[in-house]
Amino acid sequence: MNSLPVLDVIGLRKTFTLHLREGLQLPVLQGVSLAVGRGECVALVGPSGQGKSTLMKCLYGSYGAEGGQIWVRSASSDALDLVTATPQQVLALRRQALAYVSQFLRVLPRVSALEVVAERALDAGESDERRARERAAELLARLNLPKGLWGLPPATFSGGEQQRVNIARGFIASAELLLLDEPTASLDAMNRRVVVQLIEEAKTRGTAIVGIFHDEEVRDAVADRCHTLSAAAAAPTPLEELA
Amino acid sequence: MSTCSSPQPLLDVQGLSHRFAGARPGVWAVQDASLQLYPGEVLAIVGESGSGKSSLLNCIAGRIACAPGQVHYRRARDEAWVDVHALPERERRQLARTEWGFVEQHAADGLRMNVSAGANVGERLMAAGERRYEALREQGRRWMDAVELDPTRIDESPRAFSGGMRQRLQIARNLVTHPRLVLMDEPTSGLDVSVQARLLDLIRQLVARLHLSALIVTHDLGVARLLAQRTLVMRQGRIVEQGLTDRVLDDPQHPYTQLLVSSVVAP
Repeated sequence: MNSLPVLDVIGLRKTFTLHLREGLQLPVLQGVSLAVGRGECVALVGPSGQGKSTLMKCLYGSYGAEGGQIWVRSASSDALDLVTATPQQVLALRRQALAYVSQFLRVLPRVSALEVVAERALDAGESDERRARERAAELLARLNLPKGLWGLPPATFSGGEQQRVNIARGFIASAELLLLDEPTASLDAMNRRVVVQLIEEAKTRGTAIVGIFHDEEVRDAVADRCHTLSAAAAAPTPLEELA
Repeated sequence: MSTCSSPQPLLDVQGLSHRFAGARPGVWAVQDASLQLYPGEVLAIVGESGSGKSSLLNCIAGRIACAPGQVHYRRARDEAWVDVHALPERERRQLARTEWGFVEQHAADGLRMNVSAGANVGERLMAAGERRYEALREQGRRWMDAVELDPTRIDESPRAFSGGMRQRLQIARNLVTHPRLVLMDEPTSGLDVSVQARLLDLIRQLVARLHLSALIVTHDLGVARLLAQRTLVMRQGRIVEQGLTDRVLDDPQHPYTQLLVSSVVAP
């Protein structure tokens, strides 16, 4: 068996430069190192503004970085450093090995909840459209999303309903690295338990997981260890700052 | 999927520049633009009016000259790289109506307004040698249906269609020969918001289903977010930033991109 970690973050540095504020520099990550192995779940902890979400976005490739390395080792391809990867490499990794459950669902006009979920399976290589829909339906049922909503675009759903669609989308394709940004924030106790089960199943399959869980009960249930982010200059979330 | 891991680009643009006739010295519509487009990829070109987006698209299409600069395209027929601007005019036109599509901002510029909807869809097929009337009708109906137009209106003039319908007809007219590269110039601007959403979703579905590669010029960052895996930002004729769409929009590096992103209500 390959004993190298699935995710290996080495000395990651991320500073936001706000050109609209006279080039104000916000150093958010200053040398973050973190390794996560197969089947392991690491919770990012630390007060707000320490860069937990920023790190997650770097790990998905939505944010760039000035220094350091983010190695992702997947079975299907060679190790890839997300800091220096080309857009094509990042896109291929996202299709095949990297999944991200963000806090908010980006809804598309006219695309139903079921399609939003099934689409992710098809992108990840499922060739049978019907099977993709069946699995999407299974997940939405497990997450107790009322069946009457499956055929509707999620734009008008409540926060908790949208989040469940988002979770189903994140779990439908088995990823080697799964990023969870507050996956249970607006869920009730019953659905939190479903999410905990889904996380446990993913770990059993060997998925490496990095998560932000403000819900301590969920964190204690799924995390093998915590990684504390601290002591960058306490900075406001840069994009809010921009807006 | 693994065959896509290190694909060759379909389009390779190097150091493209264009100057309008009579422009002041030092003023370029497009200056030193380089980009690649990969199979199955949608690349958005964003920037404000006058930034050179449409000129760049027209240069790539070979409709206006570029000096200096080169546009290379990997032809489907033999997978050979061809220099678009060095092709004889006849061959470039042949390429433009078989392997390429071009969706104009104003549908009236991309349609023949004096012939029927069906004839508009059938034109490229006829140019490609299809002469059987029923086959042309059948394709006309099929493609009208694919772009959510009522196929029973096949004999109507595009003049009888609304703006959004005309735009969908223009898309059908382009896709009927199964091009593998589609260039779109602001395909949704000038339409009502609800019509825009429908058209965007249709483009999104068609691009995915037909495995099209597309260059989409837009001033609307939401369009880029919805349709494009990669985005390129232009300002004063130059490409100031390009990369993954979510990275360009969520972690913009160039001062101009930061201004653009912070200037919209919901990017």
